[in-house]
Order: sequence, then structure tokens, then C-alpha cells
Amino acid sequence: MFKGFLIGALLVAVIGYVIVDGGYLDLKDSSKSAKVTTKVAAESTLKKIQKRGNLQCGINTGLPGFAYTDDKGNWAGFDVAYCRALAAAVFGDPDKVKYVNLTGKNRFPALASGEIDVLSRNTTWTFSRDVKLGFTFIGVSYYDGQGFIGRKKLGVKSAKELDGASVCIQTGTTTELNLADFFRSNKIKYEPVPIETNEEARKAYLAERCDVYTTDASGLAATKSTFADANQHMVFPEIISKEPLGPLVRQGDDAWADIARWTLNALINAEEYGINSSNVEKLAEGTKNPEINRMLGSEGTLGQMLGLDKRWAVNAIKAGGNYGEIFDRYLGKNTPLGLARGLNASWGNGGILYAPPMR
Amino acid sequence: MFGKLAAKLKPISLRNFWFDKYGRGLLLQFLVLLCVAGFLATISINAITNLQRAGLSSGFGFLADQAFFDINQRLIEFSSQSSFGRALVVGLLNTILVSSLGIIAATVIGFMAGILRLSNNWIASKIITVYVEVTRNVPLLLQIIFWWATLTSLPKVRESINFYNLFYFNNRGLRAPSPIFETSFLWLALSIIFGISLCIFLVVWARRRQHRSGKTFPSVSVGLTLVILIPTMVFQLLEQPVVWDTPQATRFNFRGGFNITPELLALWFALATYTGAFISEIVRAGILSVSTGQTEAAKSLGLRSSQIMRLIVIPQAFRVIIPPLTSQYLNLTKNSSLAIAIGYQDLVSIGGTILNQSGHALEVVAIWMVVYLSLSLGTSAFMNWYNKKMALVER
Repeated sequence: MFKGFLIGALLVAVIGYVIVDGGYLDLKDSSKSAKVTTKVAAESTLKKIQKRGNLQCGINTGLPGFAYTDDKGNWAGFDVAYCRALAAAVFGDPDKVKYVNLTGKNRFPALASGEIDVLSRNTTWTFSRDVKLGFTFIGVSYYDGQGFIGRKKLGVKSAKELDGASVCIQTGTTTELNLADFFRSNKIKYEPVPIETNEEARKAYLAERCDVYTTDASGLAATKSTFADANQHMVFPEIISKEPLGPLVRQGDDAWADIARWTLNALINAEEYGINSSNVEKLAEGTKNPEINRMLGSEGTLGQMLGLDKRWAVNAIKAGGNYGEIFDRYLGKNTPLGLARGLNASWGNGGILYAPPMR
Repeated sequence: MFGKLAAKLKPISLRNFWFDKYGRGLLLQFLVLLCVAGFLATISINAITNLQRAGLSSGFGFLADQAFFDINQRLIEFSSQSSFGRALVVGLLNTILVSSLGIIAATVIGFMAGILRLSNNWIASKIITVYVEVTRNVPLLLQIIFWWATLTSLPKVRESINFYNLFYFNNRGLRAPSPIFETSFLWLALSIIFGISLCIFLVVWARRRQHRSGKTFPSVSVGLTLVILIPTMVFQLLEQPVVWDTPQATRFNFRGGFNITPELLALWFALATYTGAFISEIVRAGILSVSTGQTEAAKSLGLRSSQIMRLIVIPQAFRVIIPPLTSQYLNLTKNSSLAIAIGYQDLVSIGGTILNQSGHALEVVAIWMVVYLSLSLGTSAFMNWYNKKMALVER
């Protein structure tokens, strides 16, 4: 008898909860939150991060130069450096980041569902991702293009000679689509060998499961740097696509997108203005250049406009240096990747890196 | 339907409703139903609200959009210009292919292992014990990766293991000649169908005669001879009904013939040996459930031990074997989704790519669930039918 009452009471409680939580009675604000304006939703993203006490940043599962664990077991790399700079801009502390490792496939659901606040995982900015998937790309941090790597002994000089070859690709990437386009437009056949992560693709390529591996040229350089017999392999001269890589956030929280965008712009502008991690504190005290003063907070209210501390840019630059310093540390000539600045040089130095002014 | 249900309901007195066991049961069931409905409504409303907030469209219209990616193993025509929907069908067929192959192989392995484990041969039974315990207790995912690693460390393409210049075995799979059917092949196909129907007719006739007169007829060997002999004769009469497309080595790969990828082979081996170990235990339990009295009675009737197994023990053991065997078949089908670990392009793998390229996560997940549910329900409907057929017929 008592048991029957107990079950009955439990059921009523559950149903009551469902009705209230589902917003059918309009007791809580949950039904209204669907109609809130983008401005409010965006503020809540920053607030949510500040309340949580850390930035949740989506990065690669492991790609030398871009996201890897250093000898102390901490995440480091070009993509990671951006996460650290953004955390520094928000909290003043670059270590307040929780890294979430994502594959090419699960990165978008993770961002869309709110599991991460920003995705910094060499992701190509494309029309459909920006428009249809509901994301906002906040800029380009690396201008890349898709290439091929193969063994020298194959005797292939150009990707157009790859008729009938097996090609390793990471699934869920733009490279998968470019590859199909490239072979179709050149009227040659291939066998795609789909692989989930860069590490697995590397293994499959080394086991000669496939003749060539294709991904972004920077990724090829990164992967090649880990080969024991790197000089037996060559990156083909063709670059078959435009791959502007950059961080992205969810659509609909413009204020948060602004914070993410201007943190990246601050790093790029810092290099142009000659601000680096060692002189930033000194320059922050005030200089003759009003542009630098506005950016570093000794003049104007840029930080306040973003809803951040006035030292936001100082902290971001102190985290890992300006764009050039980050590039040189993880990707540049003195690293195993040995990538040239090329397109990624500042616009004054023959590249196309150009950030809008801090005004 | 509701009329029938209403007729089943008894009148309930409202006065002492709560103290009536029947009425209380009815109320509780109704409340549970309400709960489940409420829960489902909540999550769907929540999902739709969130999708709208994120500015994402929903619906299945995207399935008609162009896929733009390629698939390496396709049982039907597919190119990067085909639609997402067609890509899903390709994935579904790949899932069905590996599941069917797996079910057949697992059944054969399971039955052999189950019977051998009970054999009096000490070595055979111990070997099977080791096989069962090892495969049953190592996670399936690891076994799949083990088989894949083994197959991809086979000789490279240029050092392929060559069988008579027809079959090539290397770390990119097994390359075999593929048949090209000429129009005269129709006659060959007809002759095969004719042979098989003749064989079925013969078996039915032999069984009837045995019931009537007790005389046996070697229907199996005669039937097999018919099935093989008739098409062979027709084949000789026709001029090349089938031409073989043999593999030719090219710069990178072989061209011509067809290729079974190491991904398919690895997944197939892993699923078959893993599920086979479970089936062998089910078979063993089924055989042991038949009382020794049956075997002894059969022996005293003068049946040979192979006849005892085939005619007395196995048919009775089947009644115990079939229900758990059904669950193993269902498990195998669902486990085939682990294909993604090695890049076999099954329904989950291709669905994942579509999900990522189109952004329609909820729809793709819904399709996955509906498809696996239908596959499972289909398998279990078939097995239930078979079970009913094999069940003890009481006279």
C-alpha cells in the first residue's frame, strides 16, 4: 500500500518537473530566453565564461606546430597560443583555458552545442560553414592551401600524375571535398582512404596503405617533420585550394565574436607596430604613437567597449607575444616545420596579413 | 483496435478507486505514459528552440543536396556529384554487406567451435577453449584495430602476393578478377535456377518416399551433382558467357577486377571471430541441454554418431540456441558501427561525414537510429519466425 503511494508521489513529482522545466506553465524564464536579442545572448557568453572561471577552447587532437603537448605535458602550438591570448584578454591569465581536443568531425557539433566557447583548430573559412552551419569566423590566422605528400621513389612530379593512386584523407574536412573536385576536374581516378585523425593518417601513409596523403600544406610540413626518413618524402608543388584557417565562434553572440576577433587583430597589429612580449609593459605606460596607446589602454576606452579590462591587449600580447613571435616559435624557420612566412607575412613585408586599425 | 481495448477494460468504481488494485494499476500506467510523452515532447521542443536560436534549418530536404565527397567502397554507382541521400544508401549497403558476411562467418565458426569444444579430442577442445576465452575477453575495438594493423602490414602493392596472376594480396586488400556478363549469360543463369529447383524437388520427393516406405535416397549427393552438372554442360555449349576482367598492375595500384579493402576484411574477421566465440558457447549450452538419454536411445537404435548429432541432438538443441543466437546477430549488426575506427565507410562513418559537411546533426542521428532499429527488428522478426518453425510441435 505504502509502496503504491510512494510510486504515485514520485510520478507526480516527475511530471510536475517536466511541465515546469518544459516551460509549459511559464513559471521560469526559460521560455523567454528563446526570444532574447543577440546582444543579451552575447553578453551572457562572456559572463558565462567569467563565471565559470576558464575559457573552453577547442583544439586539434594533435598536430605538430599547431597543437601538441610539450615536454612538461602542457598543450602548446600556434592554435593553442591563440586560446592563451584570448584567455589572457578575458581573465588577465593565459593559463585559464580548458582545452577540448576535437577531430575534424566532432569539432562543429562541439561548438554548436556550446561545449566550447571558441574553436581554434586550423579550420578553413568557407561560405557554407559561415552561412549554413551557423558559425562566425572571426578572421584568418593562417593563409594555407591544400597539398600532397608522397614518396620520392614514386617518381611523381605533379599531383596531376596521380591517376589510380590511393589517397589518405581526413574525413569531415574541406580537403576531402577539394580532393574530389581536383580529381574530377582533371578527369583522373583515385581511391580515397578515409581516416579520422592526422595521427592515424600518418600511420596509414607510412604503412603505405595509401600512395599520397593530402591535407593543408602547413599540416603536411608538420606531419613530415615527424618522419624518421623525412628526406625520402616530398611535398608536391601543386596547391589545389585556398584554405584560410582561423578561429570561429557560434553565430548570434556578436559581442563575444568581437572579443575573439579583436584579440586576433591585436596580435597582428602588435607585430606591425613593433609591440612584442618583452617591450609591451614599457609601451603600455604611454608612447608618442596614439594607435599604440589606444590599443594598450593608456588612451581611449577600447577595452571598456569590449566589456573587458583596459589592459586586455597588453595581457593578450604578454601571453605568447605578437603574431610574428607566435609564428616563429611554433611554425617558423627554426622549428622542425620550417615554414616560411610567405602569405602570412605582414602586408608591409610582402604578405597579405592585414588587420583593421585599433580605433 | 480501440474497440477491442475498451471491451477488455473492466468497470471501475470511482469511490474506492485507489484501493482497487486494477484501477490503481491503470492510473499508474497512464501516468507513466504521460511521463514518457512529456519527456519526449520536452526534448523535441528544446531541440527545435535551440536550432531556431542558432539559426539552423531543420528537415530532411538536405538529403537531396550534392555530396561533393567520394566513397571508396560502393555497391551502387556513386560519385561526388551524387546526393547526400544516395551516400547514405551506399553506407547502409556497406553496413548490410559487412553484417551479412559477419553473421554467416560467425555462425559457421560458432557452430564448429561449439561442437569441437565438446569433442573427446583433448587438443581440439583445448584449442577452442583458448580461442573462446581470448576473443571473448578482449574488447572488440582492439580486435578490429589488431586485424587492420595486421592486414596493412602485409606486403606492399609492388611486392603483392600473387596467385596465378589472377589474385593479388597486399596491404591494400585482395584484388580479384571480376566477371563481365555477356548476353548469353542469361541461359547460364536459367540453367542454374533449373538445377536448383530440380534439386529441391528431388529432396521433397525423397523425404516423402522415406516417410512412406522408409527407404532412404542419397538426395544430397545426387542433388549437388545436378546443380553442378547442368550449368557446366550449358557453359560448355555457350560461347564465353562470362569474360573475366583481370587485375593489371599500374603505376600506383592494380587496375581492373575488384578490390576487397583491408578495412572490410579486418572488420569482417574481427566481427566473425568475436561473435563466433559467443555463439560457440550458446551452441555448447544448447547441445548440453539435450539429455544424454536421447543420445543413448539413438545409439541403441543403431544410429551412427554423426547421425545422432545431425538428426537427434542438433534439432533439439536448436530450440535452446535460437533465441540467444538472435541477440548475437543483433549485436554483430550494431557492433559493425565500430567500422569508423579503421575508416570502413559504413552508415555511421558516411553519416558522420554528411553531418559534418551539412550541419544537420539531429536529422542524421535520427536516420542512424531508425535504420539500426529497422535492421534489428527485421533480423529479429526473421529469427522469431524461424524459432516458431523450430519450436517443439506438440501433438
